[in-house]
Amino acid sequence: MQFGFSEDQRLLQQTVREFLEGECPVAFVRGLWSSETGHSPEFWAKLAAVGVPGLLVPEAHGGLGMDEVDLVLLLEEAGRAALPGPILATATVAPPLIASLGAETLAQRWLPAIADGSAVVAVGHPLSPFVTDANIADLLLLPSGDEIHAVEADSVEAVYQPGNDPSRRLFEVRFEPSAATRVASGEVAQRLTTAAIDRGALGCAAEQLGVGQQLIDLAVRYACQRKQFGVPIGSFQAIKHMLADVAVRVEYARSVVYRAAHSIARDVATRSVDVSAAKVAASDAALAAARTALQVHGALGYTWEQDVHVWMRRAWSLDLAWGRNAWHRARVADAVIDGALPAATFGYAAPGTD
Amino acid sequence: MELRYTPEQEAFRKEARAWLAANVPSTPLPSLDTAEGFEAHRQWEKKLHAGGWAMVPWPVEYGGRGADLLEWLIFEEEYYRAGAPGRVNQNGIFLLGPTIMEFGTAEQRARYLPKMASSEEVWAQGWSEPNAGSDMAAIQATARIDGDAFVINGQKTWASRGAYADWLFGMFRTDPDSERHRGLTFILVPLDAAGVTVRPIEQLDGEAGFAEVFLDDVRVPLENQLGERGQGWQVAMATAGFERGLMLRSPARFQNTARKLVELYRETAAAAEPVDPGLRDAVARCWMDAEAYALNTYQTVSRLLSGGKIGAEASLNKIFWSELDVRMHEIALQLLGDRAELLPEAPSARGVGTWLDGFLFSLSGPIYAGTNEVQRNIIAERILGLPRK
Repeated sequence: MQFGFSEDQRLLQQTVREFLEGECPVAFVRGLWSSETGHSPEFWAKLAAVGVPGLLVPEAHGGLGMDEVDLVLLLEEAGRAALPGPILATATVAPPLIASLGAETLAQRWLPAIADGSAVVAVGHPLSPFVTDANIADLLLLPSGDEIHAVEADSVEAVYQPGNDPSRRLFEVRFEPSAATRVASGEVAQRLTTAAIDRGALGCAAEQLGVGQQLIDLAVRYACQRKQFGVPIGSFQAIKHMLADVAVRVEYARSVVYRAAHSIARDVATRSVDVSAAKVAASDAALAAARTALQVHGALGYTWEQDVHVWMRRAWSLDLAWGRNAWHRARVADAVIDGALPAATFGYAAPGTD
Repeated sequence: MELRYTPEQEAFRKEARAWLAANVPSTPLPSLDTAEGFEAHRQWEKKLHAGGWAMVPWPVEYGGRGADLLEWLIFEEEYYRAGAPGRVNQNGIFLLGPTIMEFGTAEQRARYLPKMASSEEVWAQGWSEPNAGSDMAAIQATARIDGDAFVINGQKTWASRGAYADWLFGMFRTDPDSERHRGLTFILVPLDAAGVTVRPIEQLDGEAGFAEVFLDDVRVPLENQLGERGQGWQVAMATAGFERGLMLRSPARFQNTARKLVELYRETAAAAEPVDPGLRDAVARCWMDAEAYALNTYQTVSRLLSGGKIGAEASLNKIFWSELDVRMHEIALQLLGDRAELLPEAPSARGVGTWLDGFLFSLSGPIYAGTNEVQRNIIAERILGLPRK
């Protein structure tokens, strides 16, 4: 029993944090909002050089062959930087999904390209009518009935659905499913879809930790600078207590998210419920942080010019991505109350389970 | 990161479970805030001590088991799982004990810890005074030095377990010219000393859980000082850290309540009358939060075992567990409907009264050990870095 990260894992987190501070300042994030694709292949290539998209790609396919416990801290940094780019689908969901399809040609074609940053993969799933980043994807993994299909960019029609977070571009995607595009069906497809949703939701949860922390940090910085009645507004208890409350929420979401990463990496029986609990905790914390950060910034926060809404929008869009909050809450409730899925009480063993 | 127990930890769990199964009283003891219940709980502590389970993480020489904090968490899980009695000496074993280990002399450790572990001496807290509550630095009780003794005068209040305890710890002003946090000294006071008057206070549940303690020229030997003279505030902050943080409220307590709440929901939902549809979600959220608290504690313990320290983040804990505890009991009462107001002795209570007792007790959580508003100030100023003024 050791609930913590290794020095190497913390070091990699620090490396990625410094990389993002240099390469992904908020001006860069906002710059991409007005670009045509919302994507910077140059930035993505640099991120690949640091190892992020290839982290889950097996070493045999040119990746680092690491696991979700290694990745979770980096996703937290991605949230802190409001990183634009397909990190959830391409770096978090696609590599294990492609590796599990048992289609060696597909794996050889796409996994090394994910690792070196030259390919973007979009992943659709039955919980959402939209596919994020379909406009920049080279490969799309899409659901059709109880099947999963792998479709290349030139075979899909993607209709842009402008949304509230200009960094996360949503599309409705149409394609012709065929035997040639089908990569999984039936029970296998169902199992892989659940695993993909679990990874996507873990990714959202981890990003939300970073988003929530960043919103707190922005609000604290502002509350220390802004003076009213002759003193910094951060000296008022009304401000202190609001921020303390969101600090509690983010702190208590953190260990839940880390446990979920561990549950996926080890594929434990309670994986899906652990992930849903993480998505709910982290998303609720980030949403609360967004509300509070806006309130602390006052009218200034309500402007387009001030940066706080960059992270507010991310908190809102991640709350919907990879299973809405209500879907994940219901998954936990069904498991805990009805026993629909395995759910364990951590450490503490309930009577009758021994 | 490795979230499985080692074979040694599993064996430890089995051993604890077996001992508790054989020794936990089959019927609940009377409330520890009655004279009879206090003694019954003291006897239970002696049994725990004789079995070697009273102070799992303490060194053997002080009456402990010499186990590490992870084993302590496992023991706590089994303790709540077994429905074992509340710890009558928690002020001693969870708060003062760790403080004496950190600040006490070798003589003090040998003098106080073994009798604390066996509950031969049960401790009360003496923090608050009538004019020093949340503003603890406003302490007025004095300790004047006269030869080889302190002469203590003043009044402490809300002294938990004060009605029946043997000893009291607290801060007293040893420098009469001092102000606020300076000039205070942490002193251990026997409650049977001449000049001590204890007046029990009835709590919200009608029992004497705390007391007023009047100190009138009470002579206490100088060696009862814990830590440096005039450094009482620093010693007290460490004690408060233990209280808000790790030791006082181990996660199993809340996981146990969450489990019972899930069971209560299942029973209620199975009955004919429809259940408020929002309560299903609320129950699941409580379960998730109790898990979150457990996970956070395991993370903290892992950090402490690799040399970390517990600091201001104890204030985050205190808010989280105290508000979760209130919420769980509020939801339970909503599930119970009309029977929620029945006391345990009501003929139709059929066990529901313990939820009401638990609810009343949970309401003290956001108040004791420093109100949650004080904790929010600590979080804002010491963790987030917001200005004091």
